[in-house]
Amino acid sequence: MQFSRKHLLGLEGFSKEEILYILDTAKSFREVLSRPIPKVPTLRGKTIVNLFFEASTRTRISFELAEKRLSADSVNFAVSTSSVKKGETLRDTARNIEAMKIDMVVMRHSAAGAPHFLSQCVDAHIINAGDGQHEHPTQGLLDLMTLQEKFGDLSGLNVVVVGDIAHSRVARSNIYGLQALGAKVGLCGPATFIPYQAEHWGVEIFNKIDEAIEWANVLNVLRIQLERQQGGMFSTTREYFNLFGITRQRIESAGKDITILHPGPINRGVEIESELADSDYALILQQVTNGVAIRMAVLYLFSGLSSDNSSESDA
Amino acid sequence: MVAERNNQVIDAAGLHRTLTRLAHEIVEQNRGVANLVLLGVRTRGVPIAYRLQRMINDIEGQDLPVGELDVTMYRDDVFQKIKQPSVQTTNIKFNIDGKTVVVVDDVLYTGRTVRAALDAIIDFGRPTAIQLAVLIDRGHRELPIRADYVGKSIPTSQGEEVRVKLKETDQQDSVSVIRAFGEK
Amino acid sequence: MMNPAKKAARVLFKNATVVEPESGKQRQSDVVVEEGRLKGIEQVATDGFDGEVVDVAGMILCPGLIDMHVHLREPGREDEETVLTGCQAAMAGGFVSVCPMPNTDPATDKAEIVTYLKKQAQDLLVDVFPIAAVTVGRSGEELTEMGDLVKAGAVAFSDDGDPVASADRMRRALEYASMFDVAIINHCEDKSLSKYGVMNESAVSTRLGLPGIPGISEDVMVARDIQVARFTGGRLHIAHISTANSVALVREAKQQGVRVTCEVMPHHFVLTDESVKTYDSNFKMNPPLRTATDVEAMLAGLQDGTIDVIATDHAPHAIEEKQVEFNAAPFGIVGLETALGLVLKHLIEPGVLSLPQALAKMSNAPADILNVQRGRLKIGSEASITIFDPEAEWRVDKKKFMSKSKNTPFDGWQLRGRVKALYNKGRLWIA
Repeated sequence: MQFSRKHLLGLEGFSKEEILYILDTAKSFREVLSRPIPKVPTLRGKTIVNLFFEASTRTRISFELAEKRLSADSVNFAVSTSSVKKGETLRDTARNIEAMKIDMVVMRHSAAGAPHFLSQCVDAHIINAGDGQHEHPTQGLLDLMTLQEKFGDLSGLNVVVVGDIAHSRVARSNIYGLQALGAKVGLCGPATFIPYQAEHWGVEIFNKIDEAIEWANVLNVLRIQLERQQGGMFSTTREYFNLFGITRQRIESAGKDITILHPGPINRGVEIESELADSDYALILQQVTNGVAIRMAVLYLFSGLSSDNSSESDA
Repeated sequence: MVAERNNQVIDAAGLHRTLTRLAHEIVEQNRGVANLVLLGVRTRGVPIAYRLQRMINDIEGQDLPVGELDVTMYRDDVFQKIKQPSVQTTNIKFNIDGKTVVVVDDVLYTGRTVRAALDAIIDFGRPTAIQLAVLIDRGHRELPIRADYVGKSIPTSQGEEVRVKLKETDQQDSVSVIRAFGEK
Repeated sequence: MMNPAKKAARVLFKNATVVEPESGKQRQSDVVVEEGRLKGIEQVATDGFDGEVVDVAGMILCPGLIDMHVHLREPGREDEETVLTGCQAAMAGGFVSVCPMPNTDPATDKAEIVTYLKKQAQDLLVDVFPIAAVTVGRSGEELTEMGDLVKAGAVAFSDDGDPVASADRMRRALEYASMFDVAIINHCEDKSLSKYGVMNESAVSTRLGLPGIPGISEDVMVARDIQVARFTGGRLHIAHISTANSVALVREAKQQGVRVTCEVMPHHFVLTDESVKTYDSNFKMNPPLRTATDVEAMLAGLQDGTIDVIATDHAPHAIEEKQVEFNAAPFGIVGLETALGLVLKHLIEPGVLSLPQALAKMSNAPADILNVQRGRLKIGSEASITIFDPEAEWRVDKKKFMSKSKNTPFDGWQLRGRVKALYNKGRLWIA
């Protein structure tokens, strides 16, 4: 198919065909990872900067690996939060990127819309590695790839995202990606964690984990950010675990096959029972492997077009 | 208005004869089939490789390993193409160290696909030797590459296209030379 | 560059379509100004007229328009706007009187600052009627010297930019201000609800992943202020009303005789929060753009008189401060130069309000709230006149703004209504 997007800013608006195309491409790149020499020269000569305004180890390493496996030249720009004055650094950074003739920017930022803003300032191709609470498209894609490996066609699959949905970019990318592939999405968490008017997404909403588990084929368990406690949004982690924690007992009481995903890092004993995270129910390590393959596919697909050929509408 | 003149140069029967001869040549040149493996270059090199495998089995009674190689990631013209080529999967389930790898493709033209295949093969291991078998050699090499086994040499001009059709992918066996003329 | 305004004690405006918004009267006539005062609205022969003659055939002539909510940024942020450039922007938009809010640096919490502001405008055509702070430094603590400030020329009090957060302060402010018969203008926002929100909290903010400012942060304070105004009998004016609930509360309060008035900004009846989806900070202001339901309530409120005034909340910002990711940008857009065009295109043209009804909200209504001798074509009073071509279509080009700042969401919009001439403070300006 003709892949005509210049940037990957989010999964909202992606068609089923586009997503399947990315997943197919990722399968080929995953094969590369298992070779004796897991490297291809595809992006040789391309310069990619990893612009991480928010601390992140796993996503950045995953992207870095993907870039190196594609033989691209990869540069890291980690901005310490203490030196960032509101907005100033991003704009100035953009100008520096232009001057250094960088081809692609992989960006993570705490402000939703920061990659959109950057795409107006520079000519480089932008990959969103997480913008505030808005989207984390490569995470969404690797979740889809992992589910596709297990289930094949995702139409009619019931997937529940559990946790702090309101503040989760992973949840949003999941919703858009899963719905595009025909899956049904449910959200489960305390009422304070369900965003305002979430119904407009066409999702099921559960405030009780047992009801969610009864409905679901798949649980995507989000990390609970303990800072939210201070914001008055939930009481204690103990209460959270009692009400929403994913435990072996809960899964087995449902009496059916449940698949568990988690974007990591895991708060063992808070959102999920420690032992369960390591069990066969969970596909967490497959997610990580697929993460590198997805990122290779994304870097490949979003680098290949010159700016003359790119389409107007980008995410 | 683009019109095409379609000139069939090999029919189904001719294709079968050509491949049979190639199979014999491969066996003869290598004095048997010890340490031999076939590697089909996607897309159409793959069914040709499988056919050669069957034919060689008929001759020698031995089933050669066949691998499927996608060279898109190794092409040097990835970014010149307006339509981005789809990446497909490479499938080589055996070790190529110490083997003689016969690369199989349908048409040899500029030689760039074969160069990309060579790069890929080196990443997979250290073969003893690499040979090249092609159904059609249409000339116009841009790199110093030559085939060891050629089904048929068809001199063409730059404006022509050699179209190979195989039952496995195109429901028929034929080779045609297409000449487009007229204004686009 | 702008034509200069010049002193002109005697002016004859010929062939005007005179509109008196308060009465709704509209007629063809000449208008005479003598010694800077409105002499008459009648046919006058051109020959022998000793003074300027300006032919305004085809134009609307109405009382000079008043914008009772602007930010002139002087003193403190003269890089964003000054009294001079702000007044030039006002003129380009058809306004002859503006009320600058006190969130300057230093804040307008002392008589000297009011005097300074009036002095900066003394040679300009535009009136500057300063609004002074309710509390010293706008800190929400000590009340300012309201007597002194009124004497220096302050026409109302507000801590705008911030609410008067404490209900007790609001009560004392309303009681104290009533001694001078001035209004307390409140920026109604409960900050514990709005927290770090940057846009309206709705399905849109949920989708965009931006922290939301829920409508209730405005509603709860409007409700509170109405109770306090009722209790004290003081004069309350709600700044930049934006939610359907707030309008309903004001409607009910007026029916019960509470002395409350309110104003709406054009962006709150023209745009919705859907506009934010491009993450363009030119759509970021406080209160934020709300939902379509809220916009309908604004239009209904304008029609039934619940909403008394249309003002702009003209909020200039330096380009580099707005050209950032949405979260980091300051709130606010400029509005002086697009207000009249938006009113004509999006209120009058679609028939929400008639021309006199709309103009009333920008002339006699604000004049009454502020107790200034403006907003009416009253024979014998100081002449204060706006003249515009109601049919002229034009395209907004922010590069041509008189304001120092260009942060507008309306760049490129087709609007109607071009200012042609102004008269105020004995000065005449022809565009």
